[in-house]
Amino acid sequence: MFSEWAWLIPALPALSVLIIVFSGRALPWKGAEVGIVALLASLGLSLGVAWEVFSHNAGVTQGIGPAGDADAAPAGAEAFLLERGLTLTPLGGDLAVELGMRVDGLAAMMFVLVTAVSLMVHIYSTGYMHGDARYTYFFALLSLFSFSMLLLVIASDLLVLLVGWELVGICSYLLIGFWWEDKHNQDASIKAFLTTKLGDVGLVVGIMALAGMFGTFSIQGVLDGVAAGDHSQALLTFALLALILGAVGKSAQFPLHTWLPDAMAGPTPVSALIHAATMVTAGVFIVARLFPAYQAAPVAQGTLAIIGAITLVMAGLLALVQTDLKRVLAYSTVSQLGYMMAALSFSYVAGVFHLFTHGFFKALLFLGAGSVIHAAHSNHMTEMGGLRRVMPVTFWTFLAGSLALIAIPPLAGFWSKDEILVAALEAGGYTGTVVLVLGALGGLITAFYMTRALYLVFAGEFRGHGHPHESEPAMTAPLIALAIPAVAIGWINLPFPALQPLSLSSWVMFDVDYWVANPVELNAVVAVIATVLALAGVLAARAIYREAPERDPLLHLGLLTHVLQRRYYLDDLYTDLIARTAVRDKLAPAAVWFSDRVLDGAVYWSGRGTYELGQGLYATGDQRGIDGAVNGLGLSALWSGARMRLAQSGNVQLYAGALFIGVFVLAVVFASGA
Amino acid sequence: MWEASALTITVFLPLLGAALITLIPKAREELAKPVALVVSLVAFALSLAVLAGYYLGPAGGEGLAYQLRVDWIPIIDASYHVAIDGISLPLFVLSFLLTFLCAVYTFHHLEAPGRPKAFLSLMLLLQTGMAGTFVAFDLVLFFVFWELVLVPMYFMIGIWGGPRREYAAVKFFLYTLFGSVFMLVAFIALYFAGPGTFDIVALQEAGAAGEFGLTFQRLAFLGIFLGLAVKVPMWPFHTWLPDAHTEAPTVGSVLLAGILLKMGTYGFVRIALPILPEAAVEYAPIIGALAVIAILYGALCCLAQTDLKRLIAFSSVGHMGFVMLGIATLTPVGVNAAIFGMIAHGIITGMLFFVVGSIKERYHTRAIADIGGGVLQTMPRMGAVLTFVAIASLGLPPLPGFWGEIVALYAAFNPAPALVDAGFLTFFRVLMVLGAIGTVLTAGYFLNMLQRVTLGTAPARWREAELRDISAIEWGAWSPLLVMTVALGVVPVLVFGITDPAVSAVLTALGVS
Repeated sequence: MFSEWAWLIPALPALSVLIIVFSGRALPWKGAEVGIVALLASLGLSLGVAWEVFSHNAGVTQGIGPAGDADAAPAGAEAFLLERGLTLTPLGGDLAVELGMRVDGLAAMMFVLVTAVSLMVHIYSTGYMHGDARYTYFFALLSLFSFSMLLLVIASDLLVLLVGWELVGICSYLLIGFWWEDKHNQDASIKAFLTTKLGDVGLVVGIMALAGMFGTFSIQGVLDGVAAGDHSQALLTFALLALILGAVGKSAQFPLHTWLPDAMAGPTPVSALIHAATMVTAGVFIVARLFPAYQAAPVAQGTLAIIGAITLVMAGLLALVQTDLKRVLAYSTVSQLGYMMAALSFSYVAGVFHLFTHGFFKALLFLGAGSVIHAAHSNHMTEMGGLRRVMPVTFWTFLAGSLALIAIPPLAGFWSKDEILVAALEAGGYTGTVVLVLGALGGLITAFYMTRALYLVFAGEFRGHGHPHESEPAMTAPLIALAIPAVAIGWINLPFPALQPLSLSSWVMFDVDYWVANPVELNAVVAVIATVLALAGVLAARAIYREAPERDPLLHLGLLTHVLQRRYYLDDLYTDLIARTAVRDKLAPAAVWFSDRVLDGAVYWSGRGTYELGQGLYATGDQRGIDGAVNGLGLSALWSGARMRLAQSGNVQLYAGALFIGVFVLAVVFASGA
Repeated sequence: MWEASALTITVFLPLLGAALITLIPKAREELAKPVALVVSLVAFALSLAVLAGYYLGPAGGEGLAYQLRVDWIPIIDASYHVAIDGISLPLFVLSFLLTFLCAVYTFHHLEAPGRPKAFLSLMLLLQTGMAGTFVAFDLVLFFVFWELVLVPMYFMIGIWGGPRREYAAVKFFLYTLFGSVFMLVAFIALYFAGPGTFDIVALQEAGAAGEFGLTFQRLAFLGIFLGLAVKVPMWPFHTWLPDAHTEAPTVGSVLLAGILLKMGTYGFVRIALPILPEAAVEYAPIIGALAVIAILYGALCCLAQTDLKRLIAFSSVGHMGFVMLGIATLTPVGVNAAIFGMIAHGIITGMLFFVVGSIKERYHTRAIADIGGGVLQTMPRMGAVLTFVAIASLGLPPLPGFWGEIVALYAAFNPAPALVDAGFLTFFRVLMVLGAIGTVLTAGYFLNMLQRVTLGTAPARWREAELRDISAIEWGAWSPLLVMTVALGVVPVLVFGITDPAVSAVLTALGVS
């Protein structure tokens, strides 16, 4: 019932864009109310769709009983899937683009996440962006982003998905550079767009390869094609690896993660919505979307695990030495996205579950950071401290989000992260071991940097300027609202067999057989070890930062600190060496030089040569007879700057006529020879 | 009656208008503007009637329509043969739209030395040449229209152009003429080697029936290729383009980029491929390679430009590279993408030249460093429009540039079976990957341009200059293009729906796909 109307979920924000653009400034709240109403309606509809999908899937799984107990699903019982569409355009042959929707558990979950966080960010922004000169423009972009993200999620066609994918990218570009007067923000926005665009080369190649293999852009068509198995395995692996490159760019995975910390130049609500909860998960989403295809390509699956494992540790270490609160959270996001990516190598549910929980608590943390930054007038934790007393709401909600991220039971992050480690353990092998070990280590690092941030921001004495105070209700209300899922959302997928038919794993399943074969289980050893590591990180950070937060030992580790602060020199490599020096300063001028000197030079010298030849003939031969031809071919004389009077230009046509006669003769000779 | 004469009336109406304008007395020269406006509007309306009639009339949206074949030079069997189909219709209509919008724009601004009478009659003459090229179904007639275009554009650049206008005009003329000569040789050779006619339909049938030997096809294709490649322009024949585009007056640049370049790519689809199919298969890998070089190379050149107009000019090299890549695949999908790309480029780059021309008119400079950024501050609307069009040009979906590029890339992944049989499958797939990399470079130079032109704080002298934001006339000339940019992007079937039946028909006859 609701699902048939799911297309309205992206359509309402799209309508909101139009209304804000054409009449936003004339409205009493300058357009903000339009976006809020649209997102509220979309959220309501999303919850309706989510309920419908859940009740269908739960009905199926309850019939089976606890996952893992039954051998196979009963015949005829299918996971919820509704596809509707209309042909957008034929492309030639049998190929067409389908503007359609694909509503299933994954889409339903993303609807809820995107609309809920977007709504909170909308409300929060009415306070945070209050008084900004481009307030209406900001809300138009928020609505445009929400539409684009939801289009990406709902798409049943890979090209339409790509449309959404690129649109969220341009929204990200425009929002990072929202305060475009500042060069720093401009550079960050361009870096973000181009780095993700570089990844998009892989996405485009991957989509084209999949569509080219199976002759359709339809996601279902591709999955059916993979299932049928009548394809080149090497080409499938190539396509899926290429897609991973796209996911690596968008989801800020190693080695294309460098744009995300810079993207913090945008307004903080944007960081919460785009660069924490939604857009950056698009890469994870597309892998989850095509999960059955990845199952058929073990090499691609293994690659996911390795990239994710490297990313989660590498970014976690970088978060340790940041003094900018938003950058701590940004690297944390990169790290958590690494967990998701790695998880999808082993378990669909684990990756998707962590995407869901992380979206809520990371959005909360960013909005909390925005509240703090608003009060302290600085991003830097060196100019914060002691805010616990003056900002109680911000503190307690931020604490909840932090504990969820650190994965302290029973908060949200614990359940989803534990799921990932268990999946890695069960998968075993080389990749499973790597992810398990690095994932557990990552938990320790996460606990350390978040505890450090908590102490630097909220404990001790205030080290900044002015008199910070709690933010207005428009900003604290979303914090409270998001704190609830940060604490509790993990409970929708408790790893107890009896509960599984009624939990997230059933809700988001794409296939009943997969659900049966891959039960979500509790592993007490993993849970205890992970929790002990997290507590160890908390206590270690507490010991260091409780007494003297301003003397940060991590910033005085010599070479190690230096390497981390230089971000492993990757930014220097990409931006300075490759983008600026090699491409802009060397390759581009070389291309121009080639054009102007070599190619145009060849044209010039052939003209010049003809001219000289003509001059020679003129000097020795019959002046009258070849006079016209000499002038006609004497183009170089004109090119080299001799003034051409317009009165003369009629000659050009005359010479042209002469040329044609020659051509005709040539043609006759040529054709008679043929 | 209308069925047979529609194309003739529509094509030659602007010529009549040009003649009418020359009759206006010198003292009342400004009168040329309203006359040109009315003539181009009526002609545009007629072209829309042709479009509508193609679907509502006997053709029903497929095959050749509005045919008229009258003997012209019987001794060589050259006829006045005009017709239209789904391949030429979009370009045909676009040429009338752009000319009309240019006529509107001249009310806002016409470069020194003014003289609207001369300028507008040349513009209308140009319109006849452009439209005629797209409806000619006889090689001699095609060539006459093709060359007819050169003359008015030559004068437009040479008289109303920038500081180096004379150099640019002569270079444009001679370069194009140089290519045309080889094309003409090939045309005449086709006459002698084939069924003794210049009729394109007859020659296509001869080509499909295999009447031309392979060696002959190779030579003839080379000749036609040179003529068309200069016009497109394909790398390495592009060096006339930056000069011509940069020096041309705004209207000249718009029409040059919007329509003239497409005459070359259109020629491949209409003439080179169908008449010489076996040679097309042999040349396709070369064309594909040159196309991808153009994409990457054009983007690199753009990165190094310091002149705003020259940057836009160079961007055409890369965009036309995607068009040629689509054609080189010899598949219906690829050729559909190519035609979509032509239309997209015509609208978007035409629009870019309008905006850049208007910025130059206000700043009196094209140098990016002299503009110094901050156009969003000095002229917020102009800056916003430039941003939108630049983003459209870098191929952001769902705007039109995206469909042309992405579908061409798909086609390169699955080129025609004849190319696969010839062992070029992997080659074309490599081209696809390289073309995809080109999209990153394209995004790079456009964002770099926007950063240097629109963003940041404007230099004090420009903030104090009180530059005038977009005028009412400019909005009039631009809003149709802006609307179409959104409409064709969101509803791509508006173009694909027209081209697909015709393209499929032509390529099926070709027997390579």
